Amino acid sequence: MDGNLNAITTIFTEFYYWVTVVFMFLIHVGFCMYEVGASRRKNHMHTLMKNIMIIPLVTITFFFFGWWIYWAFPHFPIIGSINWEAGAANTPWSPNMATELSDRITGVFWAAFLLFSWTAASIVSGSVIERIRSSALWVHAVLIGSVFWIIDAAWGWHWDGWMVHVLGYHDAYASGVIHAVAGGYALGVLVVLGPRIGKFAKDGTPRDIPPHNPWMVTVGLFLIYTGFWGFYAACNVPLISPEVIGGEITGTTWTATNIYLGPTTLGAITFNFLMSLSGGLMATYIVSKGDAFWTFSGGLAGIIGASAGNDLYHPIQAMLIGAVIPVIAYKLHYWVENRFKIDDAVGAVAVHGYSGFMGVVVAGFVLWGAPSSPYEGYAAINPLGQFLGAIIMFFVLGFCPAYVVARIQAARGTLRIPPEVELQGLDFAEHHAYEEAVAEITAHHHDHLNSNS
Amino acid sequence: MSTIGYENWAVDLADVGAIYPFQGLEVPMVIAGVAFWLWWHIIQSRRETAHMEKVMKMGDPEKIAKMLDRY
Repeated sequence: MDGNLNAITTIFTEFYYWVTVVFMFLIHVGFCMYEVGASRRKNHMHTLMKNIMIIPLVTITFFFFGWWIYWAFPHFPIIGSINWEAGAANTPWSPNMATELSDRITGVFWAAFLLFSWTAASIVSGSVIERIRSSALWVHAVLIGSVFWIIDAAWGWHWDGWMVHVLGYHDAYASGVIHAVAGGYALGVLVVLGPRIGKFAKDGTPRDIPPHNPWMVTVGLFLIYTGFWGFYAACNVPLISPEVIGGEITGTTWTATNIYLGPTTLGAITFNFLMSLSGGLMATYIVSKGDAFWTFSGGLAGIIGASAGNDLYHPIQAMLIGAVIPVIAYKLHYWVENRFKIDDAVGAVAVHGYSGFMGVVVAGFVLWGAPSSPYEGYAAINPLGQFLGAIIMFFVLGFCPAYVVARIQAARGTLRIPPEVELQGLDFAEHHAYEEAVAEITAHHHDHLNSNS
Repeated sequence: MSTIGYENWAVDLADVGAIYPFQGLEVPMVIAGVAFWLWWHIIQSRRETAHMEKVMKMGDPEKIAKMLDRY
């Protein structure tokens, strides 16, 4: 870190990403509040614990192998082999993954990606509340958080990823890379897991299980919005010179870039974040007839729908895309619920999965022909490449592995809690112990009063 | 003797790399970490199974049968 400008740039970049990590922590706080608010009282502690323990399990596995996958898998297995050389510095035994004075930033980068991993796992967690065994969910959390999403990130969210080279895949703020993959994964688990007892009447009519605390759900969603700011900032390189990029950009003007090192600005993504949020809130307010749960979720779906191209869109494009996609996702949610009897307790498959999928596809049309990379030889952004990319995210890396693993867990009897426990509530034992303790204390108190009288 | 390889900071930091204790033992540390992770899943899963079996027997069987029938 020699030279003043170099030192300032390094420290600014370190601190920039570090702040995004702190902001992104709010996403997890929001998910916890949202899930607990959406669950019934008899399941609160179980629901909360299920989500909280995602944090340590995904963190340590992302340290052990998730981060290495990102650096080793960009070409594998489509246009090259595993990149052992790039992966070497990111193995858990590398000094770069520890206190190392010649590498000040790997830990901060690792954490920024890790917070995305928590989000991916948390999206799955919300959809399966009140009937999945925690042990089963935690296996899925490790798989989506430290394996499958980071494979898709290596392929399609890396300047050198094969999907960018071959398909011209463009997904600046992770419509597909986080949301479609996690939504697809959630659907794969839900298909095997089945609905909560009572969700569907005997004739198949779906019943509404409203959130026990809508205000808690609301604050949870607002915290997710807040954390999403950090997420957007974390997806950018804040400041870099064309010389360092080393691509086709000429001149000496420094710029912010997206993950592919293509130019954008912090101003652009701020416009587009807010306009797509607004489009989503307004459209879902209308389509859901003012339903609070869907209106607020629709705001999130609006951002997710526009995220693939929010580095380049005009704000009004972001608003319109952010308005249309959540409406389709909302309709799809109820169609899938009725047709296939899927009980997605928080609408995660719709808000993240369908919106993310559509967001990737729409970017292919709106950004058709734009460069996907500042380097020579990459395919331009195009509808077919985006469509194939969305399929890879939602089905290949999301739905399929989740379905297979959930089927194995179901066959072993380790996926779902027994119906007796589900009916009484997952916190029943704790409540039972509490009631017993109260009864014992009350009885003791009565004895004491009787002996004194 | 120092576990981090430095007994004082009278050094040019440009020449300093790793400063964590027990350098050279990274692979055994990773093995220990992975073992801890896997052990945790095994213990948690066993305890959860035992807990489920216990809770299944705690409720009123007649009431549960009625509820199951209802849904």
